Amino acid sequence: MSTLLEVSGVSVSFDGFKAINNLTFQINDAEMRAVIGPNGAGKTTFMDIITGKTRPDSGSVLWGEKSVSLLSMSESRIAQEGIGRKFQRPTVFEDQSVADNLMLALKKERGPLSVLGFRPSTTDGEKVVDLAEQIGLATALHRKSGELSHGQKQWLEIGMLLAQEPRLLLVDEPAAGMTPAEREHTTELLVEAAKTRAVVVVEHDMEFVRRLGCKVTVLHEGSVLAEGSLDHVTSDEKVIEVYLGR
Amino acid sequence: MAAIALSASRRSFVMRYPSVVIFIGVLALFTLGVTILAEGFGIGVISTSFVKTLGKTLCLCLVALAMDLVWGYCGILSLGHMAFFGIGGYAIGMWLMYARTEIIVRESLAAAPLPPTPQEISDGIAGQIFGVVGASEFPPIWAFAHSLPLQLAAVVLVPGLIALVFGWLAFRSRVTGVYLSILTQAMTLALSLYLFQNDSGLRGNNGLSGLQNLPGLSDVPQSTISILFFWASALALGLGYVICAWMVSGKFGSVIRAIRDDEARVRFLGYSVEAYKLFIFTFTAVIAGIAGALYYPQAGIINPAEIAPIASIYLAVWVAIGGRGRLYGAVIGAAFVSLLSTWFTGGQAPDINLGFYTVQWVDWWTILLGLSFVAVTLFAPRGIGGLFDLISERRHPDRNGASLGPDPGALREKEADQ
Repeated sequence: MSTLLEVSGVSVSFDGFKAINNLTFQINDAEMRAVIGPNGAGKTTFMDIITGKTRPDSGSVLWGEKSVSLLSMSESRIAQEGIGRKFQRPTVFEDQSVADNLMLALKKERGPLSVLGFRPSTTDGEKVVDLAEQIGLATALHRKSGELSHGQKQWLEIGMLLAQEPRLLLVDEPAAGMTPAEREHTTELLVEAAKTRAVVVVEHDMEFVRRLGCKVTVLHEGSVLAEGSLDHVTSDEKVIEVYLGR
Repeated sequence: MAAIALSASRRSFVMRYPSVVIFIGVLALFTLGVTILAEGFGIGVISTSFVKTLGKTLCLCLVALAMDLVWGYCGILSLGHMAFFGIGGYAIGMWLMYARTEIIVRESLAAAPLPPTPQEISDGIAGQIFGVVGASEFPPIWAFAHSLPLQLAAVVLVPGLIALVFGWLAFRSRVTGVYLSILTQAMTLALSLYLFQNDSGLRGNNGLSGLQNLPGLSDVPQSTISILFFWASALALGLGYVICAWMVSGKFGSVIRAIRDDEARVRFLGYSVEAYKLFIFTFTAVIAGIAGALYYPQAGIINPAEIAPIASIYLAVWVAIGGRGRLYGAVIGAAFVSLLSTWFTGGQAPDINLGFYTVQWVDWWTILLGLSFVAVTLFAPRGIGGLFDLISERRHPDRNGASLGPDPGALREKEADQ
């Protein structure tokens, strides 16, 4: 297995507060990883750094076989490289239909001129329908996404991520505010996605992480506290102290 | 299922956007009606000055279309598009003034015993044009004024380049929202203050005048010229509408509306938000320049006051009242409000005598306009264009895929659409 993303020695501070402190993290192709940690551990900042929203003060972020640095790229360029991100709050374009949302995310040329001349082909339409079926929204294709329930919006966003065909998926609290049945479906979606690409899931909910059944990285005060299987990290003394509060 | 999903995208552009056909139809009928009623080629029921007012209104509709694209669709509240409109007017005005003055100067020098040298002609023209600001030489900015093709190119290129440079600087620094509006307004103010100076090279606050007299066409009556410009304006508006509708109909429209609603999310989808904004900003500036170049020969005069920020604010008010985010809304808003404004400020609206105070509309019109802007923003954010939703909702009630009939086997809404 080859390393897809390598974050090493990254630090960033906001007004003197060290949000990320000498963080090192690696993920391979077709690997699922859960990132857990108490509030303020730097989970979201960690994602911000990878996706180019925040520039670190020091350290390096290397991507892919050629180990290109992501630090000098813009957010949109990084997304084109194949890193997709799902936010904590579901952010879909509520004014537009489910089909439009998916079509927007579909992996295609992103420049203004090529988009201007773009007209969806039959295959594009079929891809959209397939995705909609995968996320359980096949009957809602023409509904405005603003009308969807909270859980459906979360799925639509996951569907949009899949449409981008990213090599690395960053998912921030995908199960927040979902019913047990919806969680079940979300787990399936993520496990399925991790068969062909790397998936990083940030999650608070231990039960959800357990169901993902993957390697876990525990963050604390901006650096990695422990890494390993869920059972391994939950029996770690330091983790119990800072995270599980026992 | 696939067939249902695809049917929407497979139908032709015209079928999916019947409003374009309706709009072009209404515009064609309107043009035909005005042509028949006007003096130029018709029965002469409406005056030449009113034909000019209508022609100018069509140009304002065109710039409103540009404003709707940049603000209503892309979410950039530009308070500078009337500056681009004015620049377009100045660009064509320079040629009009130069060429007409050249004819006059040549005629007056023809009587001289020796044929005039090019330098004498040039000095004569400069003296005629710039005498009013106490200068007698051509400023460098007039270098191309002798050439119609070059000035026509300037109509498109100057607003386009200014928008490109300004937009590049502003969007690259991620200036958004109200700060961007203030920045565009500052640009507009700076431009108009600069043009107010006598040494700006564009005749200061006198502006350019006599633009209604086309060089070489002094024998053609204004009644004919007015109808020709009216046609040109209608053609430009029709073309502009079709192009804008085409742009916003597909994925491009989807992207710019997404930028309006959540630009950070669009970035993480891999779209370069700055490039899209720059494209739209520059494109609409070019449309505004073309609209201005058609407007000012009909108005006859352009001066820096036309570029002042208030003009761009009015433009935003028109689009808001008409209904932003829909192209016909912008056109309706611009036509309705600007014609109403002409009526109120032209002294035709009867004053209201309240006994203790007489409401004179010339003064009170702006207050009425301001109040209606507030009212539209608060109570009818979809504007006048929103009224059309009432019709379409009655014809196609939104059942969200519910059965159309009472029994379980009845057609469902999506099927019935096929």
